[in-house]
Amino acid sequence: MVTRGFTGRQSGSEPSDRVPPGQHLVDNFPVLTAGPTPRIEPADWTFTLKVGPRPVKVWSWSEFNALPRTRMTRDIHCVTSWSKLSTAWEGVAVDDILADAGLSAPTPFVLAHCFDGYSTNVPLADLATGKAMVALKYEGQPLPREHGGPARLLVPHLYFWKSAKWVNGLQFTERDEAGFWELRGYHMYGDPWNEQRYTND
Amino acid sequence: MTEAIAATARWQSCAIVEIATRTPAIKSFFLRLSETFDHKAGQHVDVRLIAPNGYTAMRSYSIASAPSDSRVIELAIERLPDGEVSPFFHDVAQVGDTIELRGPLGGHFLWPRPSSKPVLLIGAGSGVAPLMAMIRYRKASAEVVPVALLLSSRTWCEVLFRDELLELETSLPDFAFALALTREPATRRTDFSGRIDARVVADVAARLPASPGCAFVCGSNAFVDIAADAVLALGLEAGTIKTERYGA
Ligand SMILES: Cc1cc2nc3c(=O)[nH]c(=O)nc-3n(C[C@H](O)[C@H](O)[C@H](O)COP(=O)(O)OP(=O)(O)OC[C@H]3O[C@@H](n4cnc5c(N)ncnc54)[C@H](O)[C@@H]3O)c2cc1C
Repeated sequence: MVTRGFTGRQSGSEPSDRVPPGQHLVDNFPVLTAGPTPRIEPADWTFTLKVGPRPVKVWSWSEFNALPRTRMTRDIHCVTSWSKLSTAWEGVAVDDILADAGLSAPTPFVLAHCFDGYSTNVPLADLATGKAMVALKYEGQPLPREHGGPARLLVPHLYFWKSAKWVNGLQFTERDEAGFWELRGYHMYGDPWNEQRYTND
Repeated sequence: MTEAIAATARWQSCAIVEIATRTPAIKSFFLRLSETFDHKAGQHVDVRLIAPNGYTAMRSYSIASAPSDSRVIELAIERLPDGEVSPFFHDVAQVGDTIELRGPLGGHFLWPRPSSKPVLLIGAGSGVAPLMAMIRYRKASAEVVPVALLLSSRTWCEVLFRDELLELETSLPDFAFALALTREPATRRTDFSGRIDARVVADVAARLPASPGCAFVCGSNAFVDIAADAVLALGLEAGTIKTERYGA
C-alpha cells in the first residue's frame, strides 16, 4: 500500500539492478555490532579449521598472511537495509584455506566462529569456488577494528551479518547449525535478492 | 524465541493515533497495531514507506513503550537532516495516516528475564528509546532489580523522556538516573558536564547497590564504542554488554 505523501529520496541515479528489494544505498560504512568492539593483537590471533570437534589445522597471524592472496570488489547488503556498492577487499580465499589444510569437502555445512563468541552458518557451496574469503584488507588498508579487523569473513552475496567480523575459525558441521543471529530470529541462509531477513522469510 | 519472532514478523498496517513532540528533534509516534504482538523490552520494528512508483524505504525503530496489553506502540524518531525516512515522519506523517511495519524483531538487545543482578543502561539521543521500554517494563512489572540509567544529551532541552525520567527518579525504587550534557553545563549535582568517559560510567555504576550483572548501551556507533569500553573497564565480561548501534 502506498504511504501517503512519501516519494523517497529523489536521486534518480541508483543503478537499481544492483540494489536488492528493500535496500537503499549509502556512501558511508555503518557499523552494527552486538557488543563491545574486540581488540585482537596479531600475536594473539589464530585461525582454526575444524571438522566437527576436531581441529585440522591452526594458523598464526604470520602463517595465515603467507597464504595466497585474492582480491574482490563487490556490492554488500546489510539486513538493516543499507547497501554499499563496489567495496574492495583483499584476503585469503576459503578455497586456499582448505587447500592449505589438505581438506576438500568433509560436509556441506560450515559454521564460522569469532573471537567475541559470535558465530554464523554458511553452506560450503557459498564459501568455496571463489565466492568467499577471509578478508585482511579493505580498500587497500588493513581492516579497521570496527569492521572486523584484523580479519573478517567476506561472503558478499549474502546479507552482511554472514560476513562475520573478528573471525577466528571455520568448522565443518554434519547439519546446518544456526549461528548467533540465526538463533535470534534471523534467516538461516540470508539471500538479499529474496529478502531472506528473518526466520520465515 | 525464534518461533515467537517468526510467527509475528508479518507486515501489517498501523494507524498513527498520536504524535507527541518530545524534544526539538525527536517526536514520538503512537501506532495502533492491526495485529497485536507481544514484544520484549529492547526489541524493534521494521517500518517501510512505499512511494507511488513502488519504491520502498525501510528502517528499524526501537519500541519505546513497555510490553503491555495495549495495541498501541510508541516509536521515538529523531529527525536527521537530509535523511529519507525520519524527515518523512517529522514533516509529512499525520495522525490518521497508515504506516506499514513488522515486528517485534531482535533477539539480543533484550531485558534479562528473570533478572536479579543490577542492570546498567547507557544511551545517547534517540538511543534511550529501547532503554525507556526496559525502565517502563520494570515499573509496570514491579520487578525489583536495581537499574541505573546514564543518558548523554547535548542540552537539557534535548533529553528524550526527560520529565518522565525525572518523575521516575523520585517515584521508582532502586532507580538511579544521571545525565551527561555535552553542550552546556549540568545544573543538577548528580549530573555531569561533558562527554561520558570511564570515570563517569564508574560513578553511575557505583550508585547501584551491587556491581551490574549486565549493561545495555544504545546510540550512535561512536558513542556506543566509548560507552562499551567504559563498561569493560568496570570489569564486566564482554558477553554481558549488549549494544544497539543506530548506524552511522
Ligand atoms: C535496531 C535499530 C533501532 C533503531 N531505533 C531507532 C529509534 O528508536 N529512533 C531513531 O530515531 N532511530 C533509530 N534507528 C535508526 C533508524 O533506523 C534510521 O537509521 C534513522 O532514522 C535514519 O534514517 P533516515 O532515512 O532518516 O536517514 P538516511 O536516509 O538513512 O540517512 C542517514 C544519514 O545519512 C545521510 N545520508 C545518507 N545517504 C545520503 C544520501 N544519499 N544523500 C544525502 N544524505 C545521505 C543523511 O544526511 C542522514 O543524516 C535504529 C536503527 C537500528 C539499526
